[in-house]
Amino acid sequence: MRIAGNGLLGEARQVAFSFDGRRFTGLEGDTLASALLAGGVRLMGRSFKYHRPRGVLGAGSEEPNALVTIGRGAAREPNMRATVQEIFDGLEASSQNRWPSLGFDLLSLNDLAAPFFGAGFYYKTFMWPKSFWEKVYEPMIRRAAGLGALSGLPNPDRYERAFAFCDLLVIGAGPAGLMAALVAARSGADVILADEDSRMGGRLLAETREIGGQAGHAWAAEVLAELGAMANVRLMTRTTVVGAYDQGTYGALERVGHHRPRHSRALPLECFWRIVARRAVLAAGALERPVAFRDNDRPGIMTAGAVRAYLNRWGVSPGRAVTVFANNDDGHRTARDLVAAGVHVAGVIDSRHDAPLSDAFEVHRGARVCGASGRRGLESITIRSVAGESRVQTDCLGVSGGWNPSLHLSCHMNARPLWRRDIAAFVPAPGAVPGLEPAGACNGAFSTAACLREGAAAARAALADLGRRPAGFDLPQAEDAAYAITPLWAVPGRGRAWLDFQNDVTVKDVRQAAAENFRSVEHMKRYTTQGMATDQGKNSNVSALAVLADATGRGIAETGTTTFRPPYVPVAIAALGAGGQGKGFAPERLTTSHSASVERGAPMIEAGLWYRPGYFPAPGESGWRQSCDREVNMVRGAVGVCDVSTLGKIDIQGPDAGALLDFVYTNRFSTLKAGRVRYGLMLREDGFVMDDGTTARLGETHFLMTTTTAAAGEVMRHLQFVHQCLRPDWDVSIVSVTEQWAQFAIAGPKSRELVNGLLDTPLREGDWPFMACGPVSVLGVGARLFRISFSGEHAYELAVPARFGDSLFRMLLERAAALGGGPYGMEALNVLRIEKGHITHAEIHGRTTACDIGMAGMVSDGKDCIGKTMAGRPGLVDPGRERLVGLKPSGAARQLIAGAHLFAPGGDAVRRNAQGYITSAAFSPTLGHMIALAFLRHGPERIGETVRMVDHLRAIEAECEVVNPVFFDPEGGRVRG
Amino acid sequence: MAELIARTPCAGLLPLAVGGVDLTEESLGALTTLSPRRGQEAALSEALEAAHGMAFPAPNRTTGKAGARAIWFGRGQALLAGPEPDADLARLAALSDQSDAWAVVRLRGAGAVDVLARLVPLDLRAAAFRRGHTARSELAQMMASITRLGADDFQIMVFRSMAATLVGELKTAMEAVAARG
Repeated sequence: MRIAGNGLLGEARQVAFSFDGRRFTGLEGDTLASALLAGGVRLMGRSFKYHRPRGVLGAGSEEPNALVTIGRGAAREPNMRATVQEIFDGLEASSQNRWPSLGFDLLSLNDLAAPFFGAGFYYKTFMWPKSFWEKVYEPMIRRAAGLGALSGLPNPDRYERAFAFCDLLVIGAGPAGLMAALVAARSGADVILADEDSRMGGRLLAETREIGGQAGHAWAAEVLAELGAMANVRLMTRTTVVGAYDQGTYGALERVGHHRPRHSRALPLECFWRIVARRAVLAAGALERPVAFRDNDRPGIMTAGAVRAYLNRWGVSPGRAVTVFANNDDGHRTARDLVAAGVHVAGVIDSRHDAPLSDAFEVHRGARVCGASGRRGLESITIRSVAGESRVQTDCLGVSGGWNPSLHLSCHMNARPLWRRDIAAFVPAPGAVPGLEPAGACNGAFSTAACLREGAAAARAALADLGRRPAGFDLPQAEDAAYAITPLWAVPGRGRAWLDFQNDVTVKDVRQAAAENFRSVEHMKRYTTQGMATDQGKNSNVSALAVLADATGRGIAETGTTTFRPPYVPVAIAALGAGGQGKGFAPERLTTSHSASVERGAPMIEAGLWYRPGYFPAPGESGWRQSCDREVNMVRGAVGVCDVSTLGKIDIQGPDAGALLDFVYTNRFSTLKAGRVRYGLMLREDGFVMDDGTTARLGETHFLMTTTTAAAGEVMRHLQFVHQCLRPDWDVSIVSVTEQWAQFAIAGPKSRELVNGLLDTPLREGDWPFMACGPVSVLGVGARLFRISFSGEHAYELAVPARFGDSLFRMLLERAAALGGGPYGMEALNVLRIEKGHITHAEIHGRTTACDIGMAGMVSDGKDCIGKTMAGRPGLVDPGRERLVGLKPSGAARQLIAGAHLFAPGGDAVRRNAQGYITSAAFSPTLGHMIALAFLRHGPERIGETVRMVDHLRAIEAECEVVNPVFFDPEGGRVRG
Repeated sequence: MAELIARTPCAGLLPLAVGGVDLTEESLGALTTLSPRRGQEAALSEALEAAHGMAFPAPNRTTGKAGARAIWFGRGQALLAGPEPDADLARLAALSDQSDAWAVVRLRGAGAVDVLARLVPLDLRAAAFRRGHTARSELAQMMASITRLGADDFQIMVFRSMAATLVGELKTAMEAVAARG
């Protein structure tokens, strides 16, 4: 219920929202949890395993119980914490993990069967029969246990990622964080202050304490106003720092769209920040821990600090007759604040015999809460003391078992926290994350004055590291009460006392794990699943290990914690992978002929990042084979045009350019004449083939290397490696010019006619023999012409500056049409090269040597080259290796398939008998049957033999004749003609 | 007589304005990579100064001014943007014409830094990346050259073939920044 005059929302605007279809009104600034509590709703969810009714436990991002689904349809977001979700007009929230309704959940039958579902239940029960796990048990368990579900539809929301840099990152904007940010900012440092709440101030918003004579929240507002006005400060609200990484890098998740009504399509839902900070202050505060007792999960039982937060920040009392159960002085403040607000406090139960007394409410010293009743909402608690047991009517119990510093980030680089007996809590180890200084409650300093002190000190230390003088500064006055606590983890007794609310783990489960010898905290965690839910056990880890320590007779320090890993709060994969949806997966590289090709209806094939036309459908053609066959015949019979700009082009200049080429290619290039092109083969250092291509000598010290499309980047990197690491003494420069030129292959018997129509000075018969190159002028534009051929036809490659690519391509097509020619795509290009036995990366796939592809002769004897020595290893020169051959069908079955394996005729087609495999196969319209390139043991020695092809995947077999891999025009008459 | 028609890398894609940020295509004139010959670094810098009025830039720096600028472009490499390179430079450096190889855009306006912060892992704070500073970096998986021309004024270059992706990524980031209001 809302308490008039309480809280910080003041005269806020009313906001209408719904929960499970019921309409509610809250105030602007409310979280879903505070608004529902104000509306009298205590039951907000069902537990993971037993479907127990649950209410809100806390008031922050650590909430284990109150998880809801926001929105509906494709954009619905499951597992949103009601304590984090801000309400807005039209918000639709619904409860999860219940059927048919939150109030009546059939699967809560699981709760009755609880005695069977203890720790290790799954491991013990679902072992047999083995085949049942995947088909029966797992689907069944998954259906029964769980959280919210995704819609199953493509996610329409946008996510984004961003980078930020600062001198000092302050994590958390409570008293310590605000103080650190203020000192650093006034000293001139670039400060980022990140806080996961929608409003900065931390516990100052939830407490009634004063700083410097004014209300804590007012002091916070003043500091924030000052920081907000400074150019060197960036305030990041709703931003949770989720991970600490190397060299001052922090991951942070910002909620951008979650709190806005029907945000625009462009607005991201979340932003994942990578913040690089020279120094950081961890001021993440502390989380209050519950005490375990029988049925301590009843809706209405929450942490004492959460009760204060709802009361003091949101003006909401979670109950009408509130009780408090504490083992420390801090919990008593809840009772004081409630009384001050006019809420009835039905008693404070303190386990300490020396607990402070009060005039305003009854204090049960040396007493413990040992039970709670009220299945869908707390009705009463049972108190046990030396005087016996008694019941107290109450609808809200605030529990404080002490505070656990939020030190999680300090453990992200493998440091283990240290146990401090005086405050019964773990604190960060010094130097846990280089450059990160913990301050305030996360460092075990719980009083407001101590937080301010530590915040200022941490900022000063960071400023000293940054080489900045700290500005003079007086600390404001604040309370500095000692933190008096006597540890109490669990109240002994019958029944189930809950530790991990989100994964339904009880004290008994932990004890059972210990009894079954899962005594290491890491083993206990996995055996019981404690701490393995989406809250990562923030509310239960320390209590669970304390129970384990007790059960195993060890100390808490000795037992130790499990490992805290990023992320601190759940992060959507969509946020981590922001920008990678759909086309964002990889950049698209488009050739200059792209538009013209698309206009002709050419379907695109991805080649690395490039998009290349597969074929150019002509009117009346219904399938790719028809178009491909026509294009092949067109090239062999007239002329075809193909964009080959995607091939890597590397400008290599300098006096040592020839030496570099001789070193990286197996064959010699230093002897190549200017104006000539040579085919070259390149090996990796391990002796296998890396790439092939042609290199032209444009001048005495100027070469132009061509790589395959696929290996362009790899070859460039290789050349840089060779120059920078192996031969830095060489005077040579290497630069990619791939994108400068639009280059078109013009192939076929009429290619010269087509080229001549465009050249300002036509080629004469005898000029430009095969493998010639040089500058030409195309309609007044300086261009390069290469007489090279991948198709085996009389062919040229014409390169113009890329700005003219589109225009030249269109012109070539128009003129080719007049000669009976036209464009051809990747499919035809592939058929043409297979007919000629030319290799691609289908053949030089990384496991083949020069010898395997029939190019042993290209490895020059007269010089060294990269990979030559390693290529000479006995295993690589064995003639029994699988070597390149051609295949054609020789039996009734005519289909050859790339990827099929080869066997001796009559033998079993099993792995042990495999003799090779097909790398490329195509129907040759030129020859009228299928042809293939294959690697076969002793291949070239077996020309004329028959082998059996088996494609096990498609169950296709064919008899093949082994032939020379050059199927068409083996003498090369056409290419030279 | 037939004539080849030139087309710029971002033709049909730009200009674009979202929120307070403008994205336009830049035409810088001739682009030439300069790689000094061994031991000729100082001589090249002098020759560059004599011919075009700017020194050879140090790593992550530019020299010259609008219309004639030398942009550090990688290890031992600068991009001369604007003038056709003086023939004399070829004695001292390897020159490669790159005039058509790069899509060049300019991102200007309040919020330009926020837009880039969504795409580029660079520290763009005014003190760290000043006017005239340049970097080779990654922009949405594309290798880019980024130069600060003013407080809210950046020149961005990626390979010509990636112009559409560049514009698309920048547009998305511009919209996201604008939508935050």
